[in-house]
Amino acid sequence: MRNECVDGNEAAASVAYALSELVTLYPITPSSPMGELADAWASTGQTNLWGMVPRVVEMQSEGGAAGALHGALQTGALATTFTSSQGLLLMLPNMFKIAGELTSAVIHVAARSLATHALSIFGDHSDVMAARTTGFAMLASSSVQEAQDLALVAHLATMQTRVPFLHFFDGFRTSHELNQVAMLEQDDLRALVDDAGVLAHRERGLTPQRPVLRGSAQNPDVFFQSREAANPFYDAVPAAVQDAMDRLAERCGRAYRLVEYSGHPEADRVIVIMGSGAGAVQETVEELNRRGQRVGVLTVRLYRPFPAAELVAALPLSVSKIAVLDRTKEPGAYGEPLFLDVVATLAEASTNGLRGSAAMPRVTGGRYGLSSKEFTPAMVKGVFDELGSEAPLPRFTVGIVDDVTNLSVRPDRDFELPIPKGDVRAVFYGLGSDGTVGANKNTVKIVSEHSDLHAQGYFVYDSKKAGAMTVSHLRFSRLPIRSTYLIDQADLVACHHFGFLFTQDVLAVAKPGATLLLNAPYPPEEVWDVLPEKVQRAIIDKKLKVHVIDARRVAGDLGLRGRINTVMQPCFFALSGILPQEEALDAVRRAVEKTYGRRGPKVVERNLAAVDASLAELHELTVPATVTSTTPLRDAIPTAAPDFVTRVTARILAGEGDLLPVSALPVDGTFPTGTTRYEKRALAQEIPIWDPDICIDCGKCAIVCPHNAMGMKVFPPDVLDGAPDTFASKGFKSRELDTPHLLSIQVSPDDCTGCGVCVEQCPAISKSAVGHKSINMEPISEHRDDERANYAFFDTIPLLDRELLPHDTVKGSQVLQPLFEFSSACEGCGETPYLRLISQLFGDRMIVANATGCSSIYGGNLPTTPWSRNADGRGPAWSNSLFEDNAEFGLGMRLGKDRGAATARALVSTLSDAIGPELARELLDADQSAEEGVRAQRERVVRLRERLGELESDSTARHLLSLADDLVRSDVWIIGGDGWAYDIGYGGLDHVLASGENVNVLVLDTEVYSNTGGQASKATPRGAVAKFATSGKSTPKKDLGALAMQYGNVYVAQIALGANEVQTVRALQEAAAWPGPSLVLAYSTCIAHGIDMKYSMTHMRDAVKSGHWPLYRFAPGSDEHTKPFRLDSRKPALAFKEFALAEARFAMLERSDPERAHHLMALAQADVDERWHYYEQLAGIERSVPHDPGEIVDPEGVATEEVPS
Amino acid sequence: MTAEPTVVPEFDLSTTYLGLQLRSPLVASSGPLTARIDSLRALEQAGVAAVVLPSLFEEQIEHEDIQAARLGDLGSDSNPEATSYFPDLADYESVVDRYLRHVEEAKKALSIPVVASLNGETAGGWVRYARQLELAGADAIELNLYGIAADLDVTGREVEEDQVELVALIKASLSIPLAVKIGPHYSALGNQATRIIDAGADGLVLFNRFYQPDIDPKTRKVAPTLELSSSSELRLPLRWTAILSGRVEASLAVTTGVHTGADVARCLLAGADVAMMTSALLVNGPGHVAAVERELVEWAAESGFESVTQLKGSVSQRNVADPSAFERANYMSTLIGFTNSFH
Repeated sequence: MRNECVDGNEAAASVAYALSELVTLYPITPSSPMGELADAWASTGQTNLWGMVPRVVEMQSEGGAAGALHGALQTGALATTFTSSQGLLLMLPNMFKIAGELTSAVIHVAARSLATHALSIFGDHSDVMAARTTGFAMLASSSVQEAQDLALVAHLATMQTRVPFLHFFDGFRTSHELNQVAMLEQDDLRALVDDAGVLAHRERGLTPQRPVLRGSAQNPDVFFQSREAANPFYDAVPAAVQDAMDRLAERCGRAYRLVEYSGHPEADRVIVIMGSGAGAVQETVEELNRRGQRVGVLTVRLYRPFPAAELVAALPLSVSKIAVLDRTKEPGAYGEPLFLDVVATLAEASTNGLRGSAAMPRVTGGRYGLSSKEFTPAMVKGVFDELGSEAPLPRFTVGIVDDVTNLSVRPDRDFELPIPKGDVRAVFYGLGSDGTVGANKNTVKIVSEHSDLHAQGYFVYDSKKAGAMTVSHLRFSRLPIRSTYLIDQADLVACHHFGFLFTQDVLAVAKPGATLLLNAPYPPEEVWDVLPEKVQRAIIDKKLKVHVIDARRVAGDLGLRGRINTVMQPCFFALSGILPQEEALDAVRRAVEKTYGRRGPKVVERNLAAVDASLAELHELTVPATVTSTTPLRDAIPTAAPDFVTRVTARILAGEGDLLPVSALPVDGTFPTGTTRYEKRALAQEIPIWDPDICIDCGKCAIVCPHNAMGMKVFPPDVLDGAPDTFASKGFKSRELDTPHLLSIQVSPDDCTGCGVCVEQCPAISKSAVGHKSINMEPISEHRDDERANYAFFDTIPLLDRELLPHDTVKGSQVLQPLFEFSSACEGCGETPYLRLISQLFGDRMIVANATGCSSIYGGNLPTTPWSRNADGRGPAWSNSLFEDNAEFGLGMRLGKDRGAATARALVSTLSDAIGPELARELLDADQSAEEGVRAQRERVVRLRERLGELESDSTARHLLSLADDLVRSDVWIIGGDGWAYDIGYGGLDHVLASGENVNVLVLDTEVYSNTGGQASKATPRGAVAKFATSGKSTPKKDLGALAMQYGNVYVAQIALGANEVQTVRALQEAAAWPGPSLVLAYSTCIAHGIDMKYSMTHMRDAVKSGHWPLYRFAPGSDEHTKPFRLDSRKPALAFKEFALAEARFAMLERSDPERAHHLMALAQADVDERWHYYEQLAGIERSVPHDPGEIVDPEGVATEEVPS
Repeated sequence: MTAEPTVVPEFDLSTTYLGLQLRSPLVASSGPLTARIDSLRALEQAGVAAVVLPSLFEEQIEHEDIQAARLGDLGSDSNPEATSYFPDLADYESVVDRYLRHVEEAKKALSIPVVASLNGETAGGWVRYARQLELAGADAIELNLYGIAADLDVTGREVEEDQVELVALIKASLSIPLAVKIGPHYSALGNQATRIIDAGADGLVLFNRFYQPDIDPKTRKVAPTLELSSSSELRLPLRWTAILSGRVEASLAVTTGVHTGADVARCLLAGADVAMMTSALLVNGPGHVAAVERELVEWAAESGFESVTQLKGSVSQRNVADPSAFERANYMSTLIGFTNSFH
């Protein structure tokens, strides 16, 4: 038996892969790694049980994956897929078909919340519960081991029964938990898989040799009977599943039951639960029984068909009270699904005498763990306590404080499980990119492999893309680890990023006497003095042993910039004592060789040097007896923040979101905008400092800033009164301004991420030293205080009147107020500058429909949003529906606003006399094609409101008042990435573009699925390596713009901000101005391209110069003999290869398969040449939009005469 | 298309270089043509007697492999939705792996000797890679001593001492012949050449053509340049070949500026054992080897020479024209370089 440390995704995928011929896929968190593993295994030629390499196919959506799965199954292929959440919902129609046709198949699901009032990527059962009517059997795994074993049971049982299976386990808690698993070997699979089932499945496949019709349409006469005809197959499932489990037990020694009871044999109270929560309940039950209580837990593994008889049989007759815990919520239901099933089962059993003389137990139903909410022994104890009360709550929640409907039971905060002797628990706080999580994964594996200890690793991430915090929870024990919750009493706390000590209560998890390992950028003797007061106090009070190391320096000295993992890992082993030190270090060295071996000797050498250097640099701190520091923790937000931000946002930022009661949260998922400005993250080590002497007033630094941390303001000289001495400004050159004005370029030091994009883009270079520009990155330590004061002053400078400078230039656009600011996107993100720009140009009249993806995460993931508002309170209104339907969602917004406007206009006509005929006419005739017109109309609406206020008693007036704002132009912007626009949302996008409606579509084209980790999309260029295109994408990038242009009446532009800012500004303005649909494709650099992101913008120049991304605008119009297609970039002057090989996504293939790389590169060059040739011809084509022919169409839209041809 | 070499039986082309028996003195120096198996084959078919593969640069190994490792780590394990941003390429080859494979493939594809070239940075690196190249099957190793002594505290003597020590160190770890490619910039080149040979070099390659960066006045940026050599650059190595010929116990190779049969003749007359070509082959294609050989043979026939051996060194010593600069074909290959560094 081979033990390995794997996570739930790998455990399940390993079985699914071995037992499949075809894997259809679409990435979705948290199941993506299953597909990625399958893809990786296939790309290395790993074979399935029958000696073939399964085909792994990425589809355009989960709907597509399910359709392809269905088709493959119908031909008799063994096929599987992996999904979660919305993805599962998109599979439902096919799942009904697959089940209805009694087709053997397994879908593995890392169960995740469904988006309701908000999207959540975390784990619960709301997705799988939505699939319970499909006819799929449902099997739940509650641990990483089970994720493997029950995956096999599902595959075995579906072959046996013909009923398809949905095998699920909890997203993140199980899918991403590392734990020791006794791995199934090929021999085990071979012994357990019955080829007869496989052959029978194949036999049922469609073939012209034995033609049949499957998937008929049926009428009232027979449909019903047909549905019932399948009953015997379902009746056979429980026994077949148990049989598979038994055979597994016989072979491997791990025994499972459909419904498994553990606990006191004469329990009075029992919890019924499904999924990972069972681990926490089992631990608690054991402890409570040790303490003399009589409690038990019933773990449900087979959920559909519901094993009623087995449940009744498993439940001790002594039980009088049961709490059924559901990890889902069905608003309005009498109870959640598992609860209802248990109640019905027991009621029937009691009625039928199946439980003898035992009385029907009192059954309550509780919800827990939605969206991976913690579920701990203290909570389990609370549930048992509640059950023990005289009148337990019939419906309850646990894990939150519900102060609105008062449904929550109180956890027993004093309840703690004893920690087995010798157990070690460690919590690590790391910075996203520092390698902490990777090293900890490695540690868990090392301990598993090198000792008889069990090890568990679980990792908590925040959703920020730049400067994210990771928290690793590692447990080591002589006993198998079932604890499915975070560590709150750690023997060792490691803080890998010193800054966290000032913002987070890092030591809260440290148990008294614990060890604190601190990565501190100071010499050991200076560390104590720089600690905040609260940290010093905790160290003294808890008697912590403190060890410090300047890992960043050690790593930096060895050329491992920023990656402190190999320095910190030996320190952990030295301090934790889990393994003998030398043995541990040897293991770390071997792991380094294994991990980095393929990267070449230099990389191994440096990492080994880091291992060797680390312990010499580790110093124990002598802890003084008293607190000496007066440094407070840094406030999460400034004191002067709006009430909601102070009350709610600040607590989420401080990591206390779990403590917020139900009443603190909006009931409908609606939040205030403009909240990132209250979150000062202070990530940058270096910030851009402006040298006004050589500035040329171009505004490029501001327009390319991904985080709105470079501001540009133009103002009259008297504004400088009271400015800090260090505040810089210079005369502003402008033809448009009559009076002298000054210009200031100012960094916000606490919002800058230090990406350096502005410096790279700055064209102003010193005459005397080429290394010096008008903006230069300098250490923040030298500038922080000055620049904070300068920025505070800058923030108070009044904005220049929007009418004073034209908006179609770079600097003209950059003095406009950004209403998208300080996003948490990756450092140097290529997407966010576009959003900032459209918010400057149109922000006060924008409604945004945002597809799920990076832009919805940095745009709308709590706690804060960068979408903001101006002094008048106007700004972009933002919403995210789903990934797949964004175009339709935006179209709906357009139609809704148009409907409102039409109604308002009709009411203005009706009320013309009361309003005043002149105002009414002005309102109706307003030209709002330009911003001045919009502003004038807003002023009219103010007057309208005043008049209407006087007519309050009139119901028509009240209606008009509620719609008055719709008389003002609003622009709908439909925003999303290429995954949405090219793939999953393309059908909808196409329809919306064809609708002729006035919507603006902005595609932030990173040419890959960025948010889910770099999977290929149809926007991925030929030759680029991506997940699901590991050998380089073999087909060219889809030309979405060309497809849209075919409609003739769609404005289409292709832009690249870093390559041509003015073309970008103009294209966006033209798109907004075009009264029909507009599509703007924006080239967006991304870390998934494998470039240094400080070149994020400058690299775009090469994308354009090479012809990979030609700039163009297709501006349809009704004039005849016009040529609407205009190429805005020059003929390619750089070989595609020159551009491409500067990016790792292309260069990687040169290393792994040079021959194929050369082949694809040649084809990619041909793609570029061919497209350019095509575009050049397009530029010469005359085309006009057929326009309103005039009187021949009557006002109702019905033609009264024939239109002359 | 490659032309068949003209065979003139009367003239014996064979020569010895580093103890290796070669059918002619025409060797393809390290360059883009020796970087690919198909062009290596074409060179052999055109009659080239040996090939020197492009240099394995220690700093390239460092730059590229470290960057690749950074890339693999880029954004990994920092976000709940993406554990990484790039697929793990199982076939990924480090720079060294790729070079060693090239040596192996070149050996398999060719029957002529294959000389591997190495440009190191650290003593440990030089020795490690030299041994790996030997194990991969290289018939000889050419050390590419390339260093700009930009440190103002380092003396010429120290630089020279380091080189001598390095050659001794590497020679001690090898059992195949070792050639050392040096630059022309020594105060006393002859003496340093002797010391290098005494340290164990089996041959000298004259000269390394240093990469000379230029400044673009328009962009005010430092611009890498790559200019092909011309026959006029041959004079510098000719002089030193002539000076050293017959006075040192080592093979001599001339590289840079060898374009024609007459150029080869000049090399041989000065005392070279082989003449190496890069620029001429890049411009004219691998088939040019045959043309050069034909020219050499025709010239030899006209001049009444019977063999290369007879030719070698007949115009050696104190009989040299003025020198100029020489070639260096491919400093780190931009074709395969990650030009970026990752955070």
